[in-house]
Amino acid sequence: MLAYVVRRIVSTIPVMLIVALFVFSLLYIAPGDPAAVIAGDQATPQDVERIRISLGLDRPYLIRFGGWLWDVVNFDLGKSIFTNLPVTLMIAQRIEPTLALCVATLLLAVSVAVPLGVIAAWKQGSWIDRAVMTFAVFSFSVPVFVVGYLLAYFFALRLDWLPVQGYTPIAQGFWPFLQNLILPAVTLGSAYMALIARITRATMLEVLAQDYVRTAKSKGVGQRTVLFVHALKNAAVPIVTVVGIGVALLIGGAVVTESVFAIPGLGRLTVDAILRRDYPVIQGVILMFSFAYVLVNLAVDLLYTLFDPRIRY
Amino acid sequence: MSATAIPPGAGAAAKPLPDVLPAPRRRSPAMTFVVRHPTIVVGGVLVAIMVFIAIFAPYLGTVDPTALAPARRTREPSAMYWFGTDMLGRDVYSRVIYGTRVSLLVGIAVAFFASLIGLAIGLISGFVRWTDGVIMRIMDGLMSIPGILLAIALMALTRGSVGNVILAITVVDIPRVARLVRGVVLSLREQPYVEAAIAAGTRTPKIIWKHILPNTLAPMTVQATFICASAMLTEATLSFIGAGTPPIIPSWGNIMAEGRALWQVKPYIVFFPAVFLSIMVLAVNLLGDGLRDALDPRMAKRI
Repeated sequence: MLAYVVRRIVSTIPVMLIVALFVFSLLYIAPGDPAAVIAGDQATPQDVERIRISLGLDRPYLIRFGGWLWDVVNFDLGKSIFTNLPVTLMIAQRIEPTLALCVATLLLAVSVAVPLGVIAAWKQGSWIDRAVMTFAVFSFSVPVFVVGYLLAYFFALRLDWLPVQGYTPIAQGFWPFLQNLILPAVTLGSAYMALIARITRATMLEVLAQDYVRTAKSKGVGQRTVLFVHALKNAAVPIVTVVGIGVALLIGGAVVTESVFAIPGLGRLTVDAILRRDYPVIQGVILMFSFAYVLVNLAVDLLYTLFDPRIRY
Repeated sequence: MSATAIPPGAGAAAKPLPDVLPAPRRRSPAMTFVVRHPTIVVGGVLVAIMVFIAIFAPYLGTVDPTALAPARRTREPSAMYWFGTDMLGRDVYSRVIYGTRVSLLVGIAVAFFASLIGLAIGLISGFVRWTDGVIMRIMDGLMSIPGILLAIALMALTRGSVGNVILAITVVDIPRVARLVRGVVLSLREQPYVEAAIAAGTRTPKIIWKHILPNTLAPMTVQATFICASAMLTEATLSFIGAGTPPIIPSWGNIMAEGRALWQVKPYIVFFPAVFLSIMVLAVNLLGDGLRDALDPRMAKRI
């Protein structure tokens, strides 16, 4: 088991290296000369050249990659061209809302979609099954920001139940924090829920056809216990996998959702950085999101043993 | 399509059989297809309508979608301006109709190029063993960057143009096709008839052409449809956050991005392109679902 954990952790290193190489190349081939930017408008070509050498920008690609990687390992992602603040600081300032949004969405999506998928599989072919599947097809087809505008229009503008936009830090009270988070979380969660509900239904259909489910039923185990204990536990591995893979949806969707609901998180930071072509910030955010994604899926892999003791490594 | 349905004209050459039994009630082949694959038909018809709109955009009562008319800013939808006008006085109806072209172009182009390049990479990875490890690690790395972010990063490097949007989204989708094709190749290589072909000394290109490609066609068609749908969504999302097609081109994402500032008071500017985009993506997704069920009946039961 420990050997497996170590092996699995080690195996993410090449993937992370490739991601890092890719993100580094992004800045490497980005238009514009960082030395010229730093030197300012008044600089002579000699000044620019001097800055270029002092920054090590004249060195070969792989050596620069090595140096950059060393900085990344030491949590130094460079400075923003625009604000001149360290990128790590800018990320740290913006991480709370994004983290809150993603965690809220994850909890909401799993707690709604898994039971829906289970019921859809149990009552296969019924109206509830069809409703769940129809909902799934629709929410795959409607862009996140459209869902956001629709929800905000009805629940905030028309009904005035929830705030239209904005974000309240959790430090200013839990209820205002939650109020501001409900619409964005439902928005961001719609496609994610569809994904989880679909895979839950599909896996449950397979599991419910197994002999041990029939045995459990015939020995008089209650319907709910059969569904949520015997069957769901055995369907857990594919579901957890999709929850992990779907985090990509969550990250991509957060960028857009934050724009719709004016949440000052990493998504806004990304969008602002794109509009200003602030490459170090774009690079830092993408690197951070990608590493988070790889780590989430690593965690998912390690969780397998919890759900399925038969998996021994 | 069906064992019972006889195509019209098939019995023309033979003499009609005597009426011993009453003829069973038959549906025409077309009806049988509709009943068996409702999603393909609904999706296909909607896509056909969208293609029609895209091709005949100039003849559908549209005006120049980029014509400014500051005097007629933000008019509500009316008989004159079916979908209203935006804050620069441009006709939203015309812009939405012309936007169909961008969406279809991006969707189809991305599906085509991603399939083609992914197919090539998947074949190389599946057949040339020593490349497999390297190629698949690179694909894993690419897939570890959430799709929209990768597309955003690529768009940040280049000037916004439809070509670059297609390129950026294609790069995102290539690994998905490559993995699919590689999987098919690896499982087919173990099949007795492929092993026999290899043992008989059949050259690799011929094996690929005769045995591998026909088997990748069905899953790739389904995959291409889903890639097309997601590419349309990604294009709209990129344009919406300002990293997509240049603002001068009326794409649905751009129209919604421009309507964003006013959405609380003039929701129709965002609403109409949103409806078109959703119908378009829904149509392509339905087509994909239907094709998957039709081409792989085993999958139909599962998902």
